[in-house]
This record gives sequence, structure tokens and C-alpha cells, in this order.
Amino acid sequence: MNAPQTPHTLHFMPSAGFRARAKDVVDNPFLRQSFRGAMDFLMTKRAAQFPDAEELESLRTLGESIRQYNLAKLPDLLEQLEANLVRNGIQVHWAETPDEANEIILGICKHHEAKLMVKGKSMVSEEIELNHAAEAAGIGALESDMGEYIVQLAGEKPSHIIMPAIHKTKQEIAQLFADKVEGVDYTDNVDALIQIGRNVLRQKFLEADIGLSGVNFAVAETGTLCLVENEGNGRMCTTAPPVHIAITGIEKIVEKLEHVPPLLSLLTRSATGQNISTYFNMISSPRKPGEKDGPSEVHLVLLDNGRSQAYADEQLRKTLQCIRCGACMNHCPVYTRIGGHAYGTTYPGPIGKIISPHMLGLEATSGLVTASSLCGACGEVCPVKIPIPELLMRLREEAFSKPHDHPAMVGQGAGYSGLISAVWRGWAFVYRSPALYRLTSWLGSRFRWLMPSRQGAWTSVRVPLKPAPKRLRDMLKERG
Amino acid sequence: MISAQTPPPRPSDVYFFATCVVDQFFPGAGMDAITLLERQGIRVHFPEEQTCCGQPAYTSGFPDEARKVAAHQLTLFPNDWPVVVPSGSCAGMMKHHYPTLFANDPVRKAQAEALSGRIYEFTDFLVNVLGYQPQDLGGDCTVVLHTSCSARREMGVHLTGRKLLGDLGHVTVAQQDHESECCGFGGTFSVKQPEISGAMVEDKVKALKATGAERVVSADCGCLMNILGHAAWKDQQEGRAQPTLPGEHIASFLLRRTSK
Repeated sequence: MNAPQTPHTLHFMPSAGFRARAKDVVDNPFLRQSFRGAMDFLMTKRAAQFPDAEELESLRTLGESIRQYNLAKLPDLLEQLEANLVRNGIQVHWAETPDEANEIILGICKHHEAKLMVKGKSMVSEEIELNHAAEAAGIGALESDMGEYIVQLAGEKPSHIIMPAIHKTKQEIAQLFADKVEGVDYTDNVDALIQIGRNVLRQKFLEADIGLSGVNFAVAETGTLCLVENEGNGRMCTTAPPVHIAITGIEKIVEKLEHVPPLLSLLTRSATGQNISTYFNMISSPRKPGEKDGPSEVHLVLLDNGRSQAYADEQLRKTLQCIRCGACMNHCPVYTRIGGHAYGTTYPGPIGKIISPHMLGLEATSGLVTASSLCGACGEVCPVKIPIPELLMRLREEAFSKPHDHPAMVGQGAGYSGLISAVWRGWAFVYRSPALYRLTSWLGSRFRWLMPSRQGAWTSVRVPLKPAPKRLRDMLKERG
Repeated sequence: MISAQTPPPRPSDVYFFATCVVDQFFPGAGMDAITLLERQGIRVHFPEEQTCCGQPAYTSGFPDEARKVAAHQLTLFPNDWPVVVPSGSCAGMMKHHYPTLFANDPVRKAQAEALSGRIYEFTDFLVNVLGYQPQDLGGDCTVVLHTSCSARREMGVHLTGRKLLGDLGHVTVAQQDHESECCGFGGTFSVKQPEISGAMVEDKVKALKATGAERVVSADCGCLMNILGHAAWKDQQEGRAQPTLPGEHIASFLLRRTSK
């Protein structure tokens, strides 16, 4: 079987068409129902893991302080990590952009004359669209995580960072396997489907020249790469092929091994409602002399891709606390309505809305930052207490303010509209002045019958707004 | 624990910050809240100069405009009385966001911080400051309570509305599906992302109606504007003359239940 094709969607504007994509899902009762059911399931599983609100709160506080501690020392920790990895025999590469990361990875592949790469689940590899780059270079890239395998077969992208194929029904997957996997008849028996996937992948692990994985935590003091997974495919990718390449964002570092257990506990409980994942891999070196297995070469690619922009700003830096559990999307009423693909970004949901602007610029993403009612459900469940609503408000300010000379972000002012800014200035002019407010609100109630019956988007599903005949201040005056 | 802070002694006077939405769109709710407070022996002061807390601009990404409007409200409460706000959302803005908004303005920051400690959401004030226990004089009825996201997550006062309704002997409080989920209002979100907001309010109204409750009550008029606005629109679409989901501010409901 050849590696399936990935879609060619390298450079595009997620904001463009966001509302249309969202509407397609919202107008589809089947999808609405399906996302609702899936998110309810995940929320229930998480809640069952945290029966004690006080324990949860103290663990979240610990998670937050560990992440903030490590981010504060990030430049030093990166140096320490590199030194210890190199000492352990792991080769370290630095990539500022997705293109650079792809070049590094494909360079290693070419050096080994690799034909096939098997991949464990890695959102950073999605971020750089590695499959697409590998394919263009004539190297097969095969996803081995079951969910990733399914979306790759379908020529799609993950719709959720933890459960990539959550948008697909059992029947759709059954049909996909029947259509795309050689010699397979239609079955919607889940165990049978998993077995089909395993049989295909098992062979590929042995054939592959390169194994690629992500990293959940990189420990600076020991030079250890930690990988959390459930299917065992991550362990296969990092041990069976002769070369292992790990890729991660520069923010995934912790100084000490003792920082890992609380974060791991928060991660698995928040993500899938598991007390602990089935596998937890700690990779500290390539195969040593006398060892019988393991890759002979291990590489780590550290990717920036906009992270240092977020890092440079005290408030925006909190974005980098994320441990990629996906709880924010599971609890998001917007994600629940529209699913992950509508966002058009690698990372969907609340975390996607606050991290993607750093990766893609505000020009491409300013439309996404308005897609939140700021209900706060994401911030409430975030295991490391990222103040997501606060960051969304900041990003709105960055997107809609007039472009200026010292922007904190690429694309600052991309959503600027002279008219809208003037409307808000006018609003402030009225509401900062009691006299003007009294006048305009009096006019509003006096001429309430002049209120139009069509009030733009508001009246698409609501009756028109109409001021009351008397304001509260009038009623109080009359009462005396 | 219901209270987010240590209750102060029972005051003789309070300021009432009505919010622009109550002043212009739900004045009855404001009147009823004031009446209810007065019945507890409290003198209620309504600063005539009040306008809006500034939240619409703040959440839309226009903090400078929000700051100008907020700076005006800071001048309205010279005496050291509690400020009662019949909205979790506007109370949250004044209590939690004013100090941030004026972070670079030492004088106003100090004023904002001093004010922050005096801001009370209406139901929180009734329960935790006044220890108010309503005497139910009405007949049997079933209502459903919608709590705003700000009241729930920002102010942490989602239990006080429930407590007040629970104290009413003849009122059954129905439990809606996905109770803690946002109604989809979110200020300018409702018009910037009308498809998503519309889907959220549609689901919310369905869940509220499915309880069979005869009305919805809420302590936030922003949510009510959205929820009742959609329910009425749906009634129109389906050609119903009678509202299938009437609703009101919790102050109006409490006042009626406790009046002869």
C-alpha cells in the first residue's frame, strides 16, 4: 500500500470562509448531534477524573506554576537541554520556520536514502505539513496513530488535537477502509477495523527507514524526551526503525524530571479522562553498544514558528503554557457547534484561536479571534490555567487597532476598519458623557417605534430590539 | 461555600448601578430590584450620571474606548456603600476588569481597586450580605434558571440565584440539559458570528423549553435579551400568539412571589 495523499493546503487564510465553513456544520443536524455527543462523552470522562474540586484546583495551580517557572527560564533551559541531549548522543536541530523544519527532517531522510517514514501522532508535524513536504520529496509518510491513519486515508486533516478523527462515524470509517485498504471488505465492527489498521501498520513499522514522533515533555536536566500515547504505535515508531526523529515546539521544556508527573497527570486526566495513558515513553539516547534494540540515531527538531513572538510579550507568553490536552475544545460551545475543520488551522478550538495568530499572523486569523462568546469554559478547565478569554480580548485589540510602528505581533491591525473604530469612538463619546447618554437614551425610548424590524445579524434568529417606553431613570423620577 | 468573599455588615445604604441594558431595555427589572432592596430596609441610591460599565468596547478589543467610559463610572460612588449591580456580567467588568483596565493609571487604578471590593452582583448581595430569605406568597409553579457565564465563572455567584429560588416554597426549579453552557450572547459575538451564536441560542432555548417550565428567570438581562429574543422569534416563525417561553429578571420574579 502506498502512503495516502495529503491535501495541498499549505498557504491559505483560515479567516477567509470561516463563517461559511462554520455555517455548513451548524446547518447539518447530523454533524451537530455527532459533535455534541462526542464532546459530552469527553467532558463526562474528564469530570469523573476530578471528583475533588479542591484537588483539581491545587493541581491546576501546580501545573500553572510549573509551566510558568519553566517558561521564565526557557532560553537557559533550551541550552541545557541541547547540551544534555548531545551528551546522550541525540542530535539537536533548530528550525525557525516550518520550511526549515521540513528541510531538516527531509535532509536526514535523504542522508539515509529513506523511502518510508512511519509517524507517531505529532501535532507539530501537522503544523509544518510534513506529510505534504515528504510526499513532494518522494518519501512516503505513513501515520500510525489510528485516528491520524484514518484522516490520512481520507485525505483530511485532524479535526481535534487528541482525537484526530472525532468527526467521523464508525460507518464512515468502515466505508473508508473498504475503499482505500487493499483486500478489505466493509465491516463496521470496531474491533475488526482496529485489527485491519494494525495489520497494515505492523508491517510498515518493520519496513520503515525513519520513525517520527512528537514530544510531550523535554526534560532539560536529563536530556530526556517524554512521549505520551495509548496505542503503542509511538513506541514502535521510536524503537523499530533505525532512525528516530522527534519534533517539538520550543516551549515543551521542563527543567526537572520531577516537573513531569504533575503535568502528565493533568494531561491524561484532562484530555481523555484517563488516570494515566497506556504508554509513557522516556527516550534518553540512541541504541547503546551492546543493546539489542532501539534506533541507531535519534534526532530532535526544535521548532519556533511564531512561539518566540508570543514569548516576547508577558501576557501573550501564557499561550505557551499549553500542554495540548484539548480540554478547552471539548468544553467549548463554539467548537461543539462547528467541529475542528471549520477553523482551518492546525490547532482548532480555544487554544487554536490564541496560538494560531502567532504561527500564521493576524492577517490570516483575525476572523477567528471574534469566534468566542468569552463564556470562559475553556479557561475554567485549562489544566495549566491559561486565561484564554483574556488572551482572546488582547488578540482582538491587536487585530482591530490601527496599524502602528511597534507591533507585538505579525499582522497587528490586520482587521482594522476606520469605520468600526469610529463607531466605537462615537460610542465612547456618548457613554462617557451623562448628558449625551441621557439625550440619546431618551431619544431611543421616545422614538422606539422607529427601530427597524430588521437589525442585521441580530434579527436572523431573534425579534428586533426595542427600547422600553420609559427608562429606569424616568420610572424612578415618576415614583419620586 | 456560596460566598466568594467575607460578607460585610448589613449596610443602611447602597448604590444601584442599573447597567445600560436595564436602564433602556429592562427598566422593570431595575425597578423591581430597587423595590426588593428597599423592602429590606435599605436606602437605594441611583446615581443619575451613570451610563454603561464599558464592557461592550472592552470585550470587542477597544480598551481605550472602554477606559474612557469606565473612568466616568469611577466617579459615581463617593460614599463607602456597596454598589449593587443587577447583572453578573457588568458586575464582573467593574469588579475584575476595572483594575486591569487602569493598570497604567495609578490614580484611577487605586480608585478601581477600592471600588472593586464594593461591587456586588444582585443575588449575591441578597443572599450573602442581607441574608435575605424570601417568603413565597404565590401558587405552585415551575421555573427554570439561566445563569450567565460571567456570574458563574467570573463572579462565582451561580449558587445564589438557585438558593433564592429554592427558598420559595411553592416554586419548583427545573433542571435544564447543559445548564452551564453559554446561551450564545457574548455581546458583539452575537452579530459578528451570527451562525454560531444562533446555533447556541437555539440549543439553549430548546433545552429550557424541554424542562416544561412555565418561565425562565435569569439575573442577567444580556442573556435574557438573547434567549427571549430567540424564543419570541421562533414563536413568530411557528405562528404562535402566546409566548412558549416567557421570562424575566429574577428580581421581578422574586418581587412578585413575595408580594400580596
